[in-house]
Amino acid sequence: MIIANNINKQFGKLKALDNVSITCNKGECIALIGPNGSGKTTFIKCILGMVVCDSGFITFNGKNILHNWQYRADIGYMPQIGRYPDNMTIGQVLDMMKDIRNKKDEQLDKDLINQFGLDKLLDKRMRTLSGGTRQKVSASLAFLFNPDVLILDEPTAGLDPVSSEILKAKIIAEKAKGKLIMITSHVLSELDDLVTQVIFMQEGKLCFHKSISELRTDTGEEKLSKAIASVMLKN
Amino acid sequence: MKKIVKYVIIDILRNKIVLAYTGFLLLLSFSIFNLEDNSAKGLLSLLNIILIIVPLVSILFSSIYVYNSAEFLELLVSQPLKRRTIWLSIFLGLACSLSFAFFIGVGIPVLIYELTGTGITMLVVGLLLSVIFVAIAMLATVKTRDKAKGIGVSILLWLYFSLLFDGLVLFLLFQFADYPLEKAMIGISAFNPIDLSRILVLLKMDVSALMGYTGAIFKDFFGTTAGLVISLMVLILWIVIPAWLSTRKFNRKDL
Repeated sequence: MIIANNINKQFGKLKALDNVSITCNKGECIALIGPNGSGKTTFIKCILGMVVCDSGFITFNGKNILHNWQYRADIGYMPQIGRYPDNMTIGQVLDMMKDIRNKKDEQLDKDLINQFGLDKLLDKRMRTLSGGTRQKVSASLAFLFNPDVLILDEPTAGLDPVSSEILKAKIIAEKAKGKLIMITSHVLSELDDLVTQVIFMQEGKLCFHKSISELRTDTGEEKLSKAIASVMLKN
Repeated sequence: MKKIVKYVIIDILRNKIVLAYTGFLLLLSFSIFNLEDNSAKGLLSLLNIILIIVPLVSILFSSIYVYNSAEFLELLVSQPLKRRTIWLSIFLGLACSLSFAFFIGVGIPVLIYELTGTGITMLVVGLLLSVIFVAIAMLATVKTRDKAKGIGVSILLWLYFSLLFDGLVLFLLFQFADYPLEKAMIGISAFNPIDLSRILVLLKMDVSALMGYTGAIFKDFFGTTAGLVISLMVLILWIVIPAWLSTRKFNRKDL
């Protein structure tokens, strides 16, 4: 569904992405793992077209994403740090997104809004929200339009345990519908029951892209956190 | 496109600076027209103040607004929208609200007190200047990532167009006083939208006699319909070129 081919991106002297090639298919749930500053977020932003890569190309459903914008209608993106216009209320942000995406009310997936209790906070201004509530807004927006692809950048960072369980349950439910889900996270124990594939990045390079069962047999570890630890030690 | 323009305008109205600007212009225009018994003289005073204030407010407000809506831009870019649409919508939202403010603040008093060719010329020129400086501000902000630097660049650009450029032109005139530069001055004035606007309005006022031989040359050129059309075209180019360059730059910008 998403094919990235030899992506390079340089920020000044820093090589953020170094010849990264990745193929992602429908129904997979992919964990993007790597140390801080290994290029995970940059790669995600490349897929979304927020960062324009220096060389290489990315196709989405067989179409090059360069100079294309319609494809983003099929992506739900939850940023690492959700930043929204300060003066707007939660309700206004939600309405604006619905307006921009041109979706009718029946097609919307409002599960998360209701489960997070955001429907009671609709009049709150974005600037007054705590970091966790912002994360809830970002998550609700990512799932709201029933997209085929979900890209979640550190989804549970800053969420309380109850909310992060709600979000995990929602991710599992969407995975069961055969959607492509891409998650970055540093809390590996959380990913255990979610992911089917693991992509490991380091210093902008792709180290490996394996299915989780392959990784388990290769390292002999059952838990993802231990498997990754043993891989990192070997390097 | 319409939707985003709508959200931008709602947002601009909400922060009340543009409303204050409208009120200030309105107060200024009415007091000037009431102080002078001859409204043509009032128009001249008003012109001098407008040529300073309109570019300053347009360029500063727009650049600060674009920097403050960095989050909004980021949010929109991850949605199924063309980058060009997003950028031009912000441009249109800013241009519409600032020129509307000018139209209410200066247009209404001018239409009441001085509904002449000169008054209308000044209105058109003021509206164009508002939009021109929005376009220049957006070009400055898209080129610089740092907020303080970007706003500094905007202020310097304003300073250049309102003061430094005239200084440079005077310097040139004195240095090359032995050569006939009068015709070249017409060309040089095209490089500064504020000067061009001033000349356009002053020539309508028939005070060109005060400007000596250069004034006569100017009258010869700008007084004709062709000259008027050409100078309006130049002003429109001052909108189109910065807007086009900044859109091109924004299309490739990393957010």
